[in-house]
Amino acid sequence: MKKFIEKIIQGLFTVSGFVTSIAILLIVLFLFTEGMGLFKNKLVEDGYQLVVNKQNDVSSLSAEQIKDIFDGEITNWNEIGGRNQEIILFRLNDISNYFTDEELGSELEFVPEKISELIAQHPEMIGFIPQQYIDNAFKGKVLEAGKIGFSDIFLGKEWIPTATPVSFYGILPLVTGTLWVSLVAILLALPFGLAAAIYLAEMANHKMRNILKPLIELLSGIPSVVYGFFGLIVIVPLVQKLFHLPVGETGLTGSIVLAIMALPTIITVSEDAMRNCPRSMREASLALGGSKWQTIYKIVIPYSISGITSAVVLGIGRAVGETMAVLMVTGNSAVIATSILQPLRTIPATIAAELGEAPDGGVHYQALFLLGIILFVITQIINSSVEYVSAKNKI
Amino acid sequence: MNKIEVKNVDFFYGNFQALKNISLDIEANKVVAFIGPSGCGKSTFIRIFNRMNDLIPETRLKGSVKIDGVDIYQKGIDVDELRKNVGMVFQRPNPFPKSIFDNVAYGLRVNGLKDKHFICQKVEESLKGAALWEEVKDKLKESAFALSGGQQQRLCIARALAISPSILLMDEPASALDPISTAKIEELIWELKKTYTIVIVTHNMQQAARVSDKTAYFYLGEMIEYDDTKIIFTNPKKESTQNYITGRFG
Ligand SMILES: Nc1ncnc2c1ncn2[C@@H]1O[C@H](COP(=O)(O)OP(=O)(O)O)[C@@H](O)[C@H]1O
Ligand SMILES: [Mg+2]
Repeated sequence: MKKFIEKIIQGLFTVSGFVTSIAILLIVLFLFTEGMGLFKNKLVEDGYQLVVNKQNDVSSLSAEQIKDIFDGEITNWNEIGGRNQEIILFRLNDISNYFTDEELGSELEFVPEKISELIAQHPEMIGFIPQQYIDNAFKGKVLEAGKIGFSDIFLGKEWIPTATPVSFYGILPLVTGTLWVSLVAILLALPFGLAAAIYLAEMANHKMRNILKPLIELLSGIPSVVYGFFGLIVIVPLVQKLFHLPVGETGLTGSIVLAIMALPTIITVSEDAMRNCPRSMREASLALGGSKWQTIYKIVIPYSISGITSAVVLGIGRAVGETMAVLMVTGNSAVIATSILQPLRTIPATIAAELGEAPDGGVHYQALFLLGIILFVITQIINSSVEYVSAKNKI
Repeated sequence: MNKIEVKNVDFFYGNFQALKNISLDIEANKVVAFIGPSGCGKSTFIRIFNRMNDLIPETRLKGSVKIDGVDIYQKGIDVDELRKNVGMVFQRPNPFPKSIFDNVAYGLRVNGLKDKHFICQKVEESLKGAALWEEVKDKLKESAFALSGGQQQRLCIARALAISPSILLMDEPASALDPISTAKIEELIWELKKTYTIVIVTHNMQQAARVSDKTAYFYLGEMIEYDDTKIIFTNPKKESTQNYITGRFG
């Protein structure tokens, strides 16, 4: 009977362990398929086409060129390999400048036909029109729109996901934003966190520790919005004043808030690790004439290095993945930040802010998933390198 | 002059008095054994000589403890220096999770010695002193944890010898070891006594009889009797001692 129950329990553990592992793998797989779907998309917004007159020599345009044309930066076809003609832009809502309401029909049923005519009449015109208006009778030429390429994404310096007719999904500003904020956050949090952990584990007396430890543990339970709010009303003005900036919402502000958030985790986890160093190890070191400090850094810290590593990894993980607080205090500008004192934007903040407005399954949506993957990869790289370093230092 | 002089020592853990008015003198290059039932204060007493009890919060000592004529509890004593002079071997082997070499070199390095050649020489000398050299000379770079319990304990002795103390404290150094390793440690103590003054706590009466010149019997925080080992084991003056060594309690 007892054997039988044990078998059942074993079975339960095996099944649940297996199912959980598979589920996790599936989630990762889902992320990847959704994100990679991005590369199947055309540059031009889904469901639309760029059209020109049949006589136009230009037959394809790059994303940059399209953007510059519609932003009015390129105004003549000869700038992009065409004839010397002023470019005329045509968007769907320009149609009333060319035709009266009667001409378009009461139900707008003549619109496709009229656009076709318009393009045929104007050799210098470029139109951005819905795909469904282009049928066999269409008298213009559809420009070939390339697919979104790896370089558009990974080397792209602009993240403008909702622009028409082409959106930009360059992840560089977001990646640099994330790295900036997390790196500085960890640089701030590590020394203070370790110092606090050493103080608590090795120097504070009983009473002090019994007061401080629960307080610090309490801090790790505070939701991040609250930290964000705190950052907004305390750190933002502080940074602004300190560095004489026009705005206080900068990468540094985010880093400071993140560092404060990561501190409780770093402190408690590494303090626990240090306290786990057996008394006999400390006694051995002290009995050999080692000073208290030598004992800490030659014995206690190396002994608890794997615990300290976990603390660091958890801390960095929190910093890299943190969304809300960062969203609130970094100024949210998706440009490549060259200094930590500029407003910037991180990957998680971008996902959180934009996922709600990105249509399901659309390009923007897939781009956000790709960001998720990038975040995943960044965290993996950081974790492995931290573990590699700590494995080397292990005694 | 005696190497160690203890006068009227009381020791308290908080409000609990673990040692009561203890006085004894220890001559240089002698082996002194502390015996007595569990909890009678032997460990507390031996840890007084290198101020190891300082680590335990809320402890107090009254009386005087002199080593080479200097009160080691007076103000201005450098405890780290004291511990370099008074080596200690613990009940359970407690090597660091480092290589054999680094374990022995540890005490030298924390004392600021950097000269590689000197350190190597000292490590070899200490391992020889602890009768471990022949067994480990080809694997100095290996982890100390790969050694057997008995070897680990001799490594801990070597580690203590490396900093050239003049006194060696051993708190039940063989209690966690098998009989063969125990015999090796006892032999070693005979050797070491030429150079060091040794204080050893032991549970094992025969061991005390075999290795020590003098024996102190403790009971409930008091030192009942302190005399030549021969006398303690053949003709003790107190009945309590007699009862203990004949195994009537303890
Ligand atoms: N850290 C401590 N705090 C409080 N009491 C202690 C502590 N260490 C030992 N004691 C008490 O002091 C007495 C002597 O202990 P100890 O010196 O370890 O005895 P022994 O080594 O002879 O077995 C015991 O009653 C023990 O409970
Ligand atoms: Mg003891």
